[in-house]
Amino acid sequence: MSTTIIFTVASLSVLGLLLAVVLYFVAQKFKVEEDPRIDIVEAIMPGANCGGCGQAGCRAFAEACTKAENLDNLFCPVGGNATMKKVADALGFEVSEKAPMVAVVRCNGTCENRPKTSVYDGVASCAVKSALYAGDTGCKYGCVGCGDCVKVCNFGALSMDPATGLPVVDEEKCAACGACVKACPKGVIELRNKGPKNRRVFVSCVSQDKGAVARKACKAACIGCGKCAKVCPFEAIKVENNVAYIDFNKCKLCTKCVAECPTGAIHKVNFPEKPAAPAVEKPAETNVNQEK
Amino acid sequence: MKTFSIGGVHPHDSKISANAAIESFPIPEVAYISMGQHLGAPAEPVVAPGDKVKVGQLIANANGFISAPVHSSVSGTVKGIEIIKDLAGNPCKAVVITVEGDEWVETIDRSEEIVRDIKLDSKAIIDRIKECGVVGLGGATFPTNVKLSPPPGKKAEFLIINGAECEPYLTSDYRVLIEMPEQVLIGAAIMMKALNVTQGFVGIEENKPEAIRIMTEKAKAYPQIKIVSLKKKYPQGGEKQLIDAVVGRKVPSMGLPIDTGAVVQNVGTALAVYEAVQKNKPLFEGIMTITGECCPQQKNYKHRVGTPLSKMIEAVGGVPEAAAKAISGGPMMGKAIANLDAPTLKGSSSVLFLTEEQTKRKEESNCIRCGKCIEACPMGLEPYLLNKLAKAGRMDDLEENKIYDCIECGCCLFTCPAYVPLLDTIRLAKANVMKIMRSRPPKK
Amino acid sequence: MKKLLVSPSPHIHGKENTKSLMRDVVIALLPTVAVSIYCFGLSALKLALVGVLACVAIEYVIAKFVLKTKVTICDYSAVITGLLLALNVPINTPWWVLVIGSIVAIGVAKMTFGGLGQNLFNPALVGRVFLLISFPVIMTDWSVPAETLFDGVSGATPLGIVKEGLAQGLTLSQIYEANNFSYAQMLFTRIGSAGEISAIALLLGFVYLLVRRVIRPHITLSIWATVFVFSGILWLCNPEQFTDPIFNLLTGGMLLGSIFMATDYVTSPMEPKGMVIFGVGIGIITILIREFGAYPEGISFAILIMNATVPLINMFCKPKRFGKEAK
Repeated sequence: MSTTIIFTVASLSVLGLLLAVVLYFVAQKFKVEEDPRIDIVEAIMPGANCGGCGQAGCRAFAEACTKAENLDNLFCPVGGNATMKKVADALGFEVSEKAPMVAVVRCNGTCENRPKTSVYDGVASCAVKSALYAGDTGCKYGCVGCGDCVKVCNFGALSMDPATGLPVVDEEKCAACGACVKACPKGVIELRNKGPKNRRVFVSCVSQDKGAVARKACKAACIGCGKCAKVCPFEAIKVENNVAYIDFNKCKLCTKCVAECPTGAIHKVNFPEKPAAPAVEKPAETNVNQEK
Repeated sequence: MKTFSIGGVHPHDSKISANAAIESFPIPEVAYISMGQHLGAPAEPVVAPGDKVKVGQLIANANGFISAPVHSSVSGTVKGIEIIKDLAGNPCKAVVITVEGDEWVETIDRSEEIVRDIKLDSKAIIDRIKECGVVGLGGATFPTNVKLSPPPGKKAEFLIINGAECEPYLTSDYRVLIEMPEQVLIGAAIMMKALNVTQGFVGIEENKPEAIRIMTEKAKAYPQIKIVSLKKKYPQGGEKQLIDAVVGRKVPSMGLPIDTGAVVQNVGTALAVYEAVQKNKPLFEGIMTITGECCPQQKNYKHRVGTPLSKMIEAVGGVPEAAAKAISGGPMMGKAIANLDAPTLKGSSSVLFLTEEQTKRKEESNCIRCGKCIEACPMGLEPYLLNKLAKAGRMDDLEENKIYDCIECGCCLFTCPAYVPLLDTIRLAKANVMKIMRSRPPKK
Repeated sequence: MKKLLVSPSPHIHGKENTKSLMRDVVIALLPTVAVSIYCFGLSALKLALVGVLACVAIEYVIAKFVLKTKVTICDYSAVITGLLLALNVPINTPWWVLVIGSIVAIGVAKMTFGGLGQNLFNPALVGRVFLLISFPVIMTDWSVPAETLFDGVSGATPLGIVKEGLAQGLTLSQIYEANNFSYAQMLFTRIGSAGEISAIALLLGFVYLLVRRVIRPHITLSIWATVFVFSGILWLCNPEQFTDPIFNLLTGGMLLGSIFMATDYVTSPMEPKGMVIFGVGIGIITILIREFGAYPEGISFAILIMNATVPLINMFCKPKRFGKEAK
């Protein structure tokens, strides 16, 4: 009996040893030389693999960082400045601070503002719905409300508000990775500067319809009247294709345009409540025809 | 009985408007003639506001190779060139004409007499068809002259006239076949002359025995044209399926019908070709079916292109109370109408009203892997798999599984017992895959 | 104005849905249930009811309270599992054994994978095999209750008798003679579980499923053909050692398995070529187990083994595409 045991143990040991030697040589032969700094940088990354930086994932980003000449074109929106500082330190680069960004939904077509004209009955996908037709409201530019942006968000920062039918961004959770911007077939979502104290002013509409048409479809549409552009002291507002756009690099948050907008399409967020101007101002009926 | 070899489904044919003879629909007060009436680039208007136009006068030129000119369907004054909403609610350019009287261009032969003698030669026929803005009326509205000019190196061997009308409810082709059989045959003969082929077929499904009888009778005078009776099965009217059914040849994957030597034209197109070549009449009229069980009356109307759909719907008593959906085209491949004020187009074939019970999507449940979608797919694809891959965003695997061969006939979704919205997902993924494939540099 | 629906095409749907297909399977099983009640009396009915109720209840509880998903008991799939399980056990099986089988079938084989459409193995068969291994005595006790059609008939199935006889060194002709086997008896009534006693009733169900286009015939027919050919070859080699093809087709769970269990949508291939491969595999494994294995019957194991190959078969068997590859 004991010989059997000894024989078994011995033969298995020899076999194991042999295979280990084979594996060692194979591993040596097929070894891939990699920059050891990639591992260091990867360890610094948030590890969300969201692709917000434009690379396939965190490791790909780390690889790109080690190969790059400088970090000007590489930025991890999730980790933000703190992470990029660490990456720069690890690789011996200089890095300039970038303003934090946040996803902004530029549509105010709530169920109330933008009445439905038909009922969509297909699969719940913005891409399918917008490929099929102009949408279930009179506005073909605004949010179609099937939540493709919510589905792609890796950070749980987006949710559909059942009352308005529009997506809501949770500023705390939003990492500005831009996945929702890519997913939105209507281009409603934009990454904008988070702004000082998170205060922002933006045009919550992308409708390129002419004033009367836009207004008929949605009470809170930008009608392209240009009043905001005239009142802006910093030339931050441009009206193109019947829709105003505020350049967040020029905007100094004076909020003059918010008060001027006849339809309440310009929103300000996180400003103190004091002046008692609610974000969505009820438009005065008399201003409707002042389109240009 | 002949039919195509793979897949297919059997929806109830519901041809309830089959016995309504074609009636001329009154000319509207204002016509909205869209510039995007065909596949390809929209036409370029050549009239200005205030211009007087006659019926049949050119109002827009073809804009590129795959495009077609547009002619006025009414006489009157051009009110303007406006942006209107098409039936999906998307903006499109249209020439708006205020109608005054009904004065036709003098060159159009308005007599009822059938002109049998084909005087023009091959090239002149194709030019005439192009000038008259004839497009395929089977659904895709592809410019007919392009289809009749095979690319270099390809040779047409025969012409197939598509009289299958496999979509349920639609009866416009059927009415044309029994009311104007000879015109269709002459149209076919003209196209055969243009293609320089000696063999022609007219494929008709067996659920239209009257059309088969009349056509067979009339075709005796045209020995080159054979009437082929086909088994009733959807999508028999699909170009690739029809070629398979009639002559038993299969269009290769990613190929065109001409690769099998076949050119397929719809019955309506044959009529339009006849009118263009023999009567010098551009394409500005069409036959439309207004139907649906919930509709108080079913009609087959001859309409002027640019008539608002709402006018035609009013004529049958407005949108029926029970209707939940209006469809332009058949229930399998037609488009749901979001804007009932949209004008008719050259290719409009019907307005179909369905009730909520008939059309409302049922709640999706788990795929039970029954394989019925595979059995139904006329292209031999695996819709369940494509749906799964599309949801996972696996573009390479989708291409591997030939998603680009999908003809979007809807058989998979029609047959799926779990109500999985297969085609919705596949259609979108197909568009994305095709985009990737086109962006790739060509091999070699 | 009225708001119209807008959706992508197609705008109409066929009449079939999951529920109607599953209901058709239940209807196809009814002749078998009826025959079993005729033969075994109320105890057969009791078994069927216990099986169905247990499966439906377990699916409801798991879906509602454990997975917290939509409850889908109305689609008849749990009813089929329960019915098949009840038809697959001996008539004397105590009710609690059947309940345990149902818990394994629905709880382990179906719901852990995510419910209908997700399971890899046929739930009813997993339940049955679990019982066969856990309660071998109960699961092979083929004696029948008193005062039924088979009153006084000895309790062993033809396959069991053959296996035992061969093990004792008898030849087949001796066994046949001693037990009065006849094909006619096998066609209508024979000893076995409720689902095995009548070939006629099962074939009736098969015809119904085909006529209603619920299943395609590929799997069932390829199993039959394989069993016929494979056991035929063995039989020709040695008729005293191996049972003949007709005997193999008509005995045991062959018909019930090939018609109702192997054709289960979820656990069978989706494409005709794959279906044939699947059926051939089942046929070969069944005969191997019957003729050379320890168990007298092997179709349950054969189907379960082939279930495991289905994802692979689905991956490799592509339907015939329309048209040739482009140049």
